Amino acid sequence: MSWIDNRFEEGVIVTSLDWAINWGRSNSLWPMTFGLACCAIEMMAVGAGRYDLDRFGAGAFRATPRQADLMIVAGTVTFKMASRVKRLYHQMPEPKYVIAMGACTIGGGPYFKHGYHVVKGVDLIVPVDVYVPGCPPRPEALMEGLMRLQDKIRRHSIARRPEASMAEGALVARS
Amino acid sequence: MTETVLESRPDINANLSADAIRQQDMPTEEMLVNMGPQHPATHGVLRIVLRTDGEMVLEAVPHIGYLHRCAEKIGESLAPFQFIPYTDRMDYLAGMNNNLAYALTIEKLTGLEVSKRAQYIRVLFAELNRIASHLVMFGTYGLDMGAFTPFLYAFREREWILDMFESTCGARLTYSYITIGGVTDDLPDGFLDRCAEFCDYFEPKIDEYNDLLSFNHIFVKRTANVGIVSAEDAIRWGLTGPCLRASGVRWDLRKVQPDTSYEEFEFDIPIGEGLKGTVGDSWDRYFVRMQEMKQSVRIIRQAIAKLRDTLGDVLNKKGKLVKLPEDDVYYEIENPRGQLGFYVQGNGSQVPARVKARGPSFCNLSITNHVCRNCLLADIPAIVGSIDVVLGEVDR
Amino acid sequence: MTPEEIANILKGKFGDKIVGVNFQTVHPHVWVAADAWHDVAMFLRHDSRLRFDLLRCISSVDMLEAKEMVAVYDLISCDGVPGSRELWKSRHGMCVKIKVSRDKPHIRSVADIWPTADWHEREAYDLMGIVFDGHPDSVEDAEGRHPRRILCPDDWAGHALRKDYIFPMEYHGIPAVTEYEQTRPTH
Repeated sequence: MSWIDNRFEEGVIVTSLDWAINWGRSNSLWPMTFGLACCAIEMMAVGAGRYDLDRFGAGAFRATPRQADLMIVAGTVTFKMASRVKRLYHQMPEPKYVIAMGACTIGGGPYFKHGYHVVKGVDLIVPVDVYVPGCPPRPEALMEGLMRLQDKIRRHSIARRPEASMAEGALVARS
Repeated sequence: MTETVLESRPDINANLSADAIRQQDMPTEEMLVNMGPQHPATHGVLRIVLRTDGEMVLEAVPHIGYLHRCAEKIGESLAPFQFIPYTDRMDYLAGMNNNLAYALTIEKLTGLEVSKRAQYIRVLFAELNRIASHLVMFGTYGLDMGAFTPFLYAFREREWILDMFESTCGARLTYSYITIGGVTDDLPDGFLDRCAEFCDYFEPKIDEYNDLLSFNHIFVKRTANVGIVSAEDAIRWGLTGPCLRASGVRWDLRKVQPDTSYEEFEFDIPIGEGLKGTVGDSWDRYFVRMQEMKQSVRIIRQAIAKLRDTLGDVLNKKGKLVKLPEDDVYYEIENPRGQLGFYVQGNGSQVPARVKARGPSFCNLSITNHVCRNCLLADIPAIVGSIDVVLGEVDR
Repeated sequence: MTPEEIANILKGKFGDKIVGVNFQTVHPHVWVAADAWHDVAMFLRHDSRLRFDLLRCISSVDMLEAKEMVAVYDLISCDGVPGSRELWKSRHGMCVKIKVSRDKPHIRSVADIWPTADWHEREAYDLMGIVFDGHPDSVEDAEGRHPRRILCPDDWAGHALRKDYIFPMEYHGIPAVTEYEQTRPTH
């Protein structure tokens, strides 16, 4: 029995600041159009009518990184493209999240063995929050990845620094 | 140079002469604008460096290689049936057609036989994939020109086709279904009925989409008379597929060099006729694809009828064990984007000594600089979108 | 026209510059000497009996044991009237192969005859190292005058499709292998 019981009329919500901010951030993740290869087509299918991504609040694909807070790296990253990926990641404002979609971004994918020009995993370049396996992952798999990212965001707190991924130190060292 | 500033756009008011603008004492200089690898209108990781004089583009140099995934090096290390999944990922919108090209190349080199039923199934899936690929072009080209609705309609129809693919081979995008010696598995029960249902549903939709986008006044204004390619230029620059046909050249490898039983099918080859502008402009390149979808439906109906009557095996088991002779071959087929060719050199073992893929988008894209001279900045997405490049097969 | 007839016409005009023919194969071809290639190409393009106007593909092959590299040109001749109701047909197709030594692989560029060769030659240089002299998009650097690279970055070292190519270990600070310490792929 706390002092706040039955003190206010209905229509008043009590919550913590963390919860409210995380609710806002996780339910309006705006992705950046960063389709590189085949996974981009499945990402487009996720944004289209059947597997609608807009019902998660994430349907507004922004072309510019300045207005996006989620970068879905969909497709193989090559050495020629790597510097652009890093530059676009740095151009995104905080808080920013990265989903590595597809086998190529997780660890090189089918090009692991003989790909001399393929970066074996985008986490060698940018820190990744969620990995979605598949070649290409089904649209439902990408939606599951987005939902796991939403769970991760809801665990954040504005008072604590979010857990750094393994490439964070490397990112700082190389930039 | 006082009358027409833009030779390629005779419909623009000729009063906008360059001299008149210069006389207004406005200091102008050329700009180098980078249409970078990440751009909503470049259909993938294509970088175009534009040299512009204000709004007018003087030079557009494409830079590619941002998706170079070493497919040819991989082809030298894997047996043919192992390399089929990598051909899927080259032109990822036309996986079935890519598989077919490589399978036919190896079958020509080794002389492998493919059963009639497998050939009809191959034709059926190649044409279904052609429709799916042209639908993506229809949707994304509309998106580039500012129309958002065609994109959603295109992907709705595509989901129908992808469901059919998934019921047959389990994958939505990278199928690896057509393999050396035939196809990996026979059609599931009820597939032909569903396919016939799809044809009945889809054929009137093409007319609906023509009403929605093709004859839309804004779309026509943005794409007609833009990026005109003459027939002679098209052949000299190696254009193939709908880009070549839009310039008036009625050339289609399915008729010139029929393989996998295409000679038993009746279909027309649409060409660009300059309905809304000049022959060989962007609207023609787009409309040829809409007409090709109609022809593909025609082929699919015939394939369904033939498949109901033909039974048999669908896979030649020798395909997995085939040893390549010490010989080479170059073979091309008609992909949705043009002629995809494979040059394979064997050295007696199962693994080829050299695999070279000639991507149609690679040759189609090389005309960009030639075509984009003296056009407006907003015409660049119209031209690049109408060439319909897929960077996976440009960079391989 | 059959490949034999085309080869006879070429031999009649160029004599011993046509160093060999092979018709007992799925891919009939003629071998042309590298120094005469530009003239032969002009003839193939403009002669009224041949008229090879579509260059389909330029492939490059590395023959490590023979210390040679081969450039394979596939040509086809299209016959038809633009805009007509009649289907275009193919008059004939032909393949031309040119052998060059692996140490000094120089071939004259044919980008002025078939503009589509522009990008194909840049790719053949980038991935195999065959230098096309007179290419319209050439750059000058430590390796001499060569076409600009097209697929790999401009500062990429080596030519990737050569049989003795060593995969790079890192590129601008990004490691090319993961922690499993794979250094070269096993073929």
